[in-house]
Amino acid sequence: MSILRLAAWVAWKDLRLELRTRQNFLTTLLFAFIVIVVFNFAFDPGSRAARESAPAILWVAFLFAGILSLANAFATEREEGCMLGLLLAPVPRGVIFLGKFLANLAFQTAMEALILPIFVVFFDVRFAGGFLPFLLVVLLVNVGFIAVGTLFSAMTMGLRLREVLLPILLFPVIVPVVIAGVKATALLLQAPAASGWIPWVRLLAGFDLIFVVVCYAVFRYVVEEAA
Amino acid sequence: MTTDTRHTDTWAAAPAGGRAGFAALAALTAAALVGALYMVFLYAPREREMGEVQRIFYFHVASAWLAMVAFAVVFAGSILYLWRGRLRFDRWAAAAAEIGVLFTTIVLVTGPLWARPVWNTWWTWDPRLTSSLILWLMYLVYLVLRGSLPESPRMRQFSAVYAVVAFADIPIVFFSIRWWRSMHPVVVSGQGMNLEPEMVHTLIASCVAFTLLFALLFRMRLGIEWARLEAQRLRRILLERE
Repeated sequence: MSILRLAAWVAWKDLRLELRTRQNFLTTLLFAFIVIVVFNFAFDPGSRAARESAPAILWVAFLFAGILSLANAFATEREEGCMLGLLLAPVPRGVIFLGKFLANLAFQTAMEALILPIFVVFFDVRFAGGFLPFLLVVLLVNVGFIAVGTLFSAMTMGLRLREVLLPILLFPVIVPVVIAGVKATALLLQAPAASGWIPWVRLLAGFDLIFVVVCYAVFRYVVEEAA
Repeated sequence: MTTDTRHTDTWAAAPAGGRAGFAALAALTAAALVGALYMVFLYAPREREMGEVQRIFYFHVASAWLAMVAFAVVFAGSILYLWRGRLRFDRWAAAAAEIGVLFTTIVLVTGPLWARPVWNTWWTWDPRLTSSLILWLMYLVYLVLRGSLPESPRMRQFSAVYAVVAFADIPIVFFSIRWWRSMHPVVVSGQGMNLEPEMVHTLIASCVAFTLLFALLFRMRLGIEWARLEAQRLRRILLERE
């Protein structure tokens, strides 16, 4: 079986688990929703300030909720000693990384798909620069964010301070992704359509390529010691 | 790859060079730093528009240079540790990270000192300032990660993985400068700040002096680490005898 097919099996295991319990996903979703609602109180509704901060608020909601979800990504493996079983599977360690990465990517994207309509309604935004480019930006941010996030989530799963350590480890590294996501979104929401978002998409694509490869390569050092 | 070496907490030999080598390095570094100070304050001409405050630039850039050297050593040590699993490589990375964070702090302090009279503001979210801050944060987090785990192969492996990821991130953080509008003087390409030959000489001299300073600090830090492990080993032997 090809690597991707094997990874898909690992991802399918996680998706099926989540489909049965829905616990992690629903709490994450609720958290993102609350962030969007609470930020509404920071600005006068409909004001210019609210409109200009909308992209930042959207990404804060997406990324903070994503971190919460990532913090639990390996918790189930840890609890019942499943990680050992996963490691005993006759596949390269990178495959386990890819599977976990794909599952987390699916959770993150599904969460965002449900939050986005609420965001559009609450902040009254219009995608002047086109909706498809925006989807591309979201997807590219997700890939980079979740790749590094999955690696660090595996690293912190057994640690006492994992709830604090994961964001501390993750945020400085994903700063380029945060900047690019917010900037590109702001440009795409601008009323006269602007084309400046393309360099940011390139930056995101570069980040994704580098970190999917790096995280795939170093994942084995993390799980060998964590199990 | 041998897994046995990953679990040894001992360190075969003291850092290379011996006492005489260390003294020579210390003397050379001291001489180079005095020479660099002389050049910064007496040899380099006064900058026409910025005045005397521009002289901080020589140590600002040299500190940034030293920090980059240090972070490269962190990366090299981490890769070597992941590859070979020797305790010594892990300690290289840790020692260099501490020095790197210290000198990035100096960069972040000397920058605003210069920017206040020249840009008329302490801090701007200029890309290069921002990247230095992010770099500083990443390696501070590296040290926090090391501190939050007990001494073990796991701690070394995790911090090595984090260092590799952080190092791969540096070019992306810096490349983003190109797409941001920068008000930071681009020194390397010669635009923005025109450097007199004397200024270039001074800058090179202070970078050389700071490179030596890095070698000295690195050597001292490793010496301390070696002494600590040696003390631990001796204590174990004594406890076994009792």
